[in-house]
Amino acid sequence: MSRFRSDEEPREPAEGTLRPADHADSAVATDVNQPALGVGGWLRWGWRQLTSMRTALVLLLLLAIVAVPGSIVPQRSADPNGVTQYYADNPDLAPVLDNLQLFDVYSSIWFSAIYILLFISLIGCVIPRTRHHWKALRARPPRTPARLERLADFRSSIIELAPDASASAGAQAAGAEAAAASAIEVAADQLRRGGYRVERYESGGTLSVSAERGYVRETGNLVFHTALIGVLVAVGIGGGYTYTGQGVIIEGGTFVNTMLDYTSFNPGRFVDEDRLTPYSLTLDEFSVTYQPSGTQGAGQAGDFIAHLTTQRAGEEPAQGEVRVNHPLEMAGDRIYLMGNGYAPTITIRDAEGTIVFSESVPFLPQDDKLTSLGVVKVPDGLPEQLGLVGFFYPTQAPLTTGAFASAYPALVNPVMTLDVYAGDLGIDDGTPRSVYTLDTSDMTQLTGRAIDVESIELAPGESADLPDGYGTITFENEAPAAAEGYDESVKRFVSLSIHRDAAATWVLAFAVLAVLGLLAALFVPRRRLWVKATPDGRTLRLEYAGLARGEDPTIGPALDRFVERHAESLAPVLREQVTPSARSGAA
Amino acid sequence: MPGTLTLDSVSVLLVWTAIAIYALAFIAYAVDLARRGARAAEAQDARNRERELVSVNSAGASAPASVVVSANTDASTRLRDQERTAEAAFDARPSDRPRMIWARIGTSLTVLGFLFHVAGDVTRGIAAGRVPWSNMYEFALTGTMLIVAVYLASLIRYDLRFLGSFITGLVVLLLGGAALAFYVEITPLMDPLKSVWLVIHVFVASLATALFALGFGLSVLQLMQARRERKTTALTDAGTAVVSAKGTGPRFLKTLPGSDALESIAYRFAILGFIFWTFTLIAGSIWANDAWGRYWGFDTKEVWTFVIWVLYAGYIHARATRGWRGSRSAWLSIIGFTAVMFNFTIVNMFFKGLHAYSGLS
Repeated sequence: MSRFRSDEEPREPAEGTLRPADHADSAVATDVNQPALGVGGWLRWGWRQLTSMRTALVLLLLLAIVAVPGSIVPQRSADPNGVTQYYADNPDLAPVLDNLQLFDVYSSIWFSAIYILLFISLIGCVIPRTRHHWKALRARPPRTPARLERLADFRSSIIELAPDASASAGAQAAGAEAAAASAIEVAADQLRRGGYRVERYESGGTLSVSAERGYVRETGNLVFHTALIGVLVAVGIGGGYTYTGQGVIIEGGTFVNTMLDYTSFNPGRFVDEDRLTPYSLTLDEFSVTYQPSGTQGAGQAGDFIAHLTTQRAGEEPAQGEVRVNHPLEMAGDRIYLMGNGYAPTITIRDAEGTIVFSESVPFLPQDDKLTSLGVVKVPDGLPEQLGLVGFFYPTQAPLTTGAFASAYPALVNPVMTLDVYAGDLGIDDGTPRSVYTLDTSDMTQLTGRAIDVESIELAPGESADLPDGYGTITFENEAPAAAEGYDESVKRFVSLSIHRDAAATWVLAFAVLAVLGLLAALFVPRRRLWVKATPDGRTLRLEYAGLARGEDPTIGPALDRFVERHAESLAPVLREQVTPSARSGAA
Repeated sequence: MPGTLTLDSVSVLLVWTAIAIYALAFIAYAVDLARRGARAAEAQDARNRERELVSVNSAGASAPASVVVSANTDASTRLRDQERTAEAAFDARPSDRPRMIWARIGTSLTVLGFLFHVAGDVTRGIAAGRVPWSNMYEFALTGTMLIVAVYLASLIRYDLRFLGSFITGLVVLLLGGAALAFYVEITPLMDPLKSVWLVIHVFVASLATALFALGFGLSVLQLMQARRERKTTALTDAGTAVVSAKGTGPRFLKTLPGSDALESIAYRFAILGFIFWTFTLIAGSIWANDAWGRYWGFDTKEVWTFVIWVLYAGYIHARATRGWRGSRSAWLSIIGFTAVMFNFTIVNMFFKGLHAYSGLS
């Protein structure tokens, strides 16, 4: 606190909190004659520039600006199909954007550079401020300025002490001094109860108390900024232990938590793919309700529930549910319901009637009425490899164009149409191919509009002949024998997303900490108050002054209240103090 | 069901009534601003006449230069006087405020419109059987209601009636626009929205928006006021004896607090909004972690929420950076609120993302 020169410059708020040189509350640097800079000097200069408020501000604004393109251009992380589509729509522009990393904005060099610089700047600011605040927390409130009246918030009053004609001038002076001591005593007490840290000073017969409160404002500020660093670190480190995988389960089917059953898997850097927690999930039933036709929002689906039987290795099976907004916790993983659809069961027999294919095939929904697209591949058992591409309509309805669409997502009039291709599926050489697409480049189309042969059209329970005498195809009806209508005639599938996020808890904890820090930093006023009592003959001059340190819109009213309360509690004390001799003189 | 009076059609009727009343309130507030300007001009004319009389009486032989000097000091004193009176009135308790008949009419109409607005919002909620902020129309309905609520609530503490025309004008535009363009009939809630976080996350977001709106209005006034102060001072320095009102902005500015006071109050609204916005961000992340399987994924709406957060963080920083206090930081508040409005309208309607709950097709 040695830098506080009370008699010259009462408003030197740079002291107490070590702020960047261009903080609005810092003293203006006046050294114009700067010596030539060496390497160290330049480094120091650069560091000071980086950790200055202005740089932090510019980096913040830059961060806001560079985040915007990611909302305009589709991002690989959030919308990979959008990127593919963008390439198709703008074949010339897309590669240019890709070179500028505009499809990966948030992991791009330029975006990273800005936030990393921002965080370095932040760390460079937080560390010295923390050290300084640590000292300030243990320091005494500063010496009372000599001229309080120069402060913006200043009040004064003069108290006439009880007239005492009989007392000598010396006795009167002693009385005034005692009154001054009481005034300071009362003020110090009042300040202490008001949460101030209090220190008394005396200079040339003037007693004063110096008080400061609201240290938690700076603490909150530091906690907020440190917590932001914490969020970034948690995200960075936690990301390495995080994985996300997708899997599909058809009703009655089972998913086992190994690489084999995942359709896609994105592990963090430190995830061991061979050591996932062993457990299995069996889809007993998928239930969903649809808004009945004829009402607002007809066909809107809701109340999706995947009823699962879960089993961890060596434990009893248990029942579980996955719903939207309610993931299932499983051995530290969280299991989410991402999608659902129909998985028609298809049986294909060769010309002799031997089954060559019998599976429930997930058809991917194309619209909210669940018009679904699926692919069947029959690699073996027939003279040629067969591929079938087709649509499944839970409620088939003709469009004006003559094509079909689904009019309602439930099984009212389920129909599957299939086009048959024969030839080479392109899977024999081990090339990985998506089960949801059919590469027809080496195949001949046998049915379909394109070649003017009627497509195969089947309802559950129906069979049809394959073209060219290949055999037959059956759309199995899965409903129980006694069932009426088509309810439950087609199995459903769910796509699940399985996540392990090691960082989430930490990120949340730091975020909460940041909010708490922010509340303190923005709403706890940090202020100094001084009360000075100067005895002067038979009167006592009281001065009060307040100094806001940072935003403090209520310091004026607070000072007024303090002065009022001080006067109230001082009056009875002073009355008590009237000396016995004065009392007897009055009598 | 045409012909029958459903609860939802009652709600629509109430909302349109509210819009009409707000429009009237807007007119009353606008008249109030015009009259403030006229009153300020009259007061100045009176003072000018008085001074001329004084100088004619006392001058006689005195040099004209001294008249100019006295006029100069007079002008800056007057500026400070105006400010002091305006700031005292601004902080005064409701009963001690200057009697401004048109401002009173404006406020009364706003309160009336607000009652209809609340009724419209509540009936919509009852008709839908859920919180009335589940699609864009309802969000606009509740969001504008909160703007008016925050405005009326802050009137208890500060005399912010000079913002009345801005607030009612903004609400008429947003609410009218929403009723015309965003209205959708009640449909059942989509599965992802069935969450307690819908109640918290979206409500807090609209509350933050309301606070930012007030901060925005005050920042605009702050800029206008700073411009007037600058020009007035410049004119005074130039030695122009009579400070003309020309080129210093609308005259009602003379009855408003100084730019510093406006900045301070704008800042207070903005930091409250910032806290709620931070909370929106966190609550949204928690919800996203339950609904989408990740707490952050740079979805377009997430990006914009983040951009707005950073802009207001920049505003708060700017207020503590030398050379950025005052007008520069006010621009950040204005840009911040523009981003909020952009996020609500353009991003909702034209940007592709996971927050696809506008209910519009």
